[in-house]
Amino acid sequence: MATTPASDLLGMAQRVASGAIKVVDLTQTLTQEFPTIVLPPEFGQAAPFRLEEISRYDERGPAWYWNNFSVSEHAGTHFDAPIHWISGKDLPNNAVDTIDPRKFIAPANVVDCSAESAVNADFELTVPFLEAWEKKHGRIGAGEWVLLRTDWSKKSYAEYAGMREDGAHTPGPVPEAVKWLVEERDVHGFGTETIGTDHGQGHHFNPPFPAHFYMHGKGRFGLQCLTNLDQLPPKGAVIFSAPLKIKNGSGSPLRVLALVEAA
Amino acid sequence: MTEPLKRPRRKDPLKRTQQPLYPQSIRSRTAHGLTKAAAAGRFELQTCDDCSTVFYPPRDACPTCLSERLPFKTVDNRGTLLAETTIRTSTDPYFRERTPWRVGLTKLDAGPVILSHIHGDVLEGQRVRLDLKLDKGGAPVMIALPEKDTPNMADDPHLREMTCDPKFRRVLITDGRTPVGQAMARAFSDAGCNIVFVGIADPWKPFPGQDELRKIERVEIVPLDVTDSESVTEQAEQNGGRIDIVVNTAEHIRAGGIMQRHGVTVAREEMDVRYLGLMRLAQAFGPAMRGRGADGVNSATAFVNLLSVHALMNWPQYGAYSAAEAASLSAAQCLRAELRSGGVRVMNVFFGPLDTEWFQIVPPPKVTPAALAKAVVQALQRGLEDVFVGDIAEDVRARLAANPKALERELAG
Repeated sequence: MATTPASDLLGMAQRVASGAIKVVDLTQTLTQEFPTIVLPPEFGQAAPFRLEEISRYDERGPAWYWNNFSVSEHAGTHFDAPIHWISGKDLPNNAVDTIDPRKFIAPANVVDCSAESAVNADFELTVPFLEAWEKKHGRIGAGEWVLLRTDWSKKSYAEYAGMREDGAHTPGPVPEAVKWLVEERDVHGFGTETIGTDHGQGHHFNPPFPAHFYMHGKGRFGLQCLTNLDQLPPKGAVIFSAPLKIKNGSGSPLRVLALVEAA
Repeated sequence: MTEPLKRPRRKDPLKRTQQPLYPQSIRSRTAHGLTKAAAAGRFELQTCDDCSTVFYPPRDACPTCLSERLPFKTVDNRGTLLAETTIRTSTDPYFRERTPWRVGLTKLDAGPVILSHIHGDVLEGQRVRLDLKLDKGGAPVMIALPEKDTPNMADDPHLREMTCDPKFRRVLITDGRTPVGQAMARAFSDAGCNIVFVGIADPWKPFPGQDELRKIERVEIVPLDVTDSESVTEQAEQNGGRIDIVVNTAEHIRAGGIMQRHGVTVAREEMDVRYLGLMRLAQAFGPAMRGRGADGVNSATAFVNLLSVHALMNWPQYGAYSAAEAASLSAAQCLRAELRSGGVRVMNVFFGPLDTEWFQIVPPPKVTPAALAKAVVQALQRGLEDVFVGDIAEDVRARLAANPKALERELAG
């Protein structure tokens, strides 16, 4: 009996099931210990992930185990919606519940600066660096993610947070680079392995926190605390990143998956 | 002379741990006047307002003039030990395990003759000081101490039953990131603790004083975050069976009242650290401590809560903070009742503004972390239950006792 040829979509599902398309989990496990962004203590703080047992096959519920958890919208591997930043506060459909769900699936460009970051925690992603990357791997397309691979996710928590007396020391983009990605390449959003999308010293840039300011100002998205970016090709991966549908939410922890053609 | 306590040897794992017991502890409502004084380390006896007779035991009528105006007042605790005897057997389970036990009759210079426990360095006919202490069950008792301090007198087995001396014990300081936590680690190390466990949350976040903290003798840094149930449970699983004293230094201090606070995010943090944090510690460490209340000379002995004196009356300038402190105090009172059967004391230490960054704009007098730590160690050595440190705390206590409503209005500014 002849089998009906699958549609592209069902074909994709079959290729995922067969392993012809690899699923790479870009998500850090939500744990109590994972570093959360630190603001000066007089500011409001993002709550870290916490877990409280409701019952565990005990007198509180004899046959079932479940937990309550609490967490900020911006802890663990998480998504930033445009409403997160003051520059994106008045855009239409700028919160996690109103963003067009189509936008939760998009291709990715993975810019590898792990070698540069390994020797310089303050590595700055610049326009020339991006142009050089494009020469090698091709032009960054409109509506595509740009993910910064620094291998930061492989570090100890202390090195990962990079906290010193003058603030965090982690790699990130300079303002011109973010502006260029948004205005010259019309990207979908910007993703990183570090605690935030911005450089650790990004508050000293002009404007401060440019990845937040420019990306969200133009309705683009952010992903941070990603992992396993070293398993993605420079081009060709497709990212699934649907945040929780929180009413008027500014972001949310989420499961980020990448689909990659198996080699 | 008291035989100095030897560093306890490692326990024989084949031996059953002795179960905690405490002496008969029922007291009349009037007699709790002694409980109040003993808890705070004061020597007070009923003194007749009409005829000035000082008497003991507590009564509802003056034995001299039948007056009913019989307040407890601080009196001279000096006297002479008239007679002593040694009890060699008892029907009371607590004392059966502890005989021989010396008791004696002291004639106080202030008048009454009092039957009490006696310190090993005291002999019949000698001048003594009577001290009011809380026994293992939290009931007030008297002990005759030598006229002047003698070498190693705190190591006397009778006296050590009534105190929570950190010497040779293992303490857990729950938060070592703060100046108070670090001062506490230093003070307990100096007081002769065998191990000073110091909890550190978010070890990836550097903090001032961390290098000095690590250098303190017998300090062991352990991961502990009182806002994280799993972290508290894991720490108790690791070390809960050998912690004799818990000092909860986890603090959350922010200025501001109730109405002007923008939202409840900070208030939640305050309650999480100060109320739920205490509950997590109590659940994780309390049962093991209660089971080890009679576990040799380094038995589990005390749970110390550091509390703003404004737990007792709200200070609107730090109003939300005061409310969280009040919640913590209430939980501490509950814990006191729960740990009592193990002979483990809950000590509440009240203080006014600290000389730390979160009280930066508050004028002196302020309590330095070192002064607070010293007061905590001394209070444990004395076996107190309610401790007020510094001028503000003393002042609030006095004003509260005199007229709570007046204090409320005065603190409102």
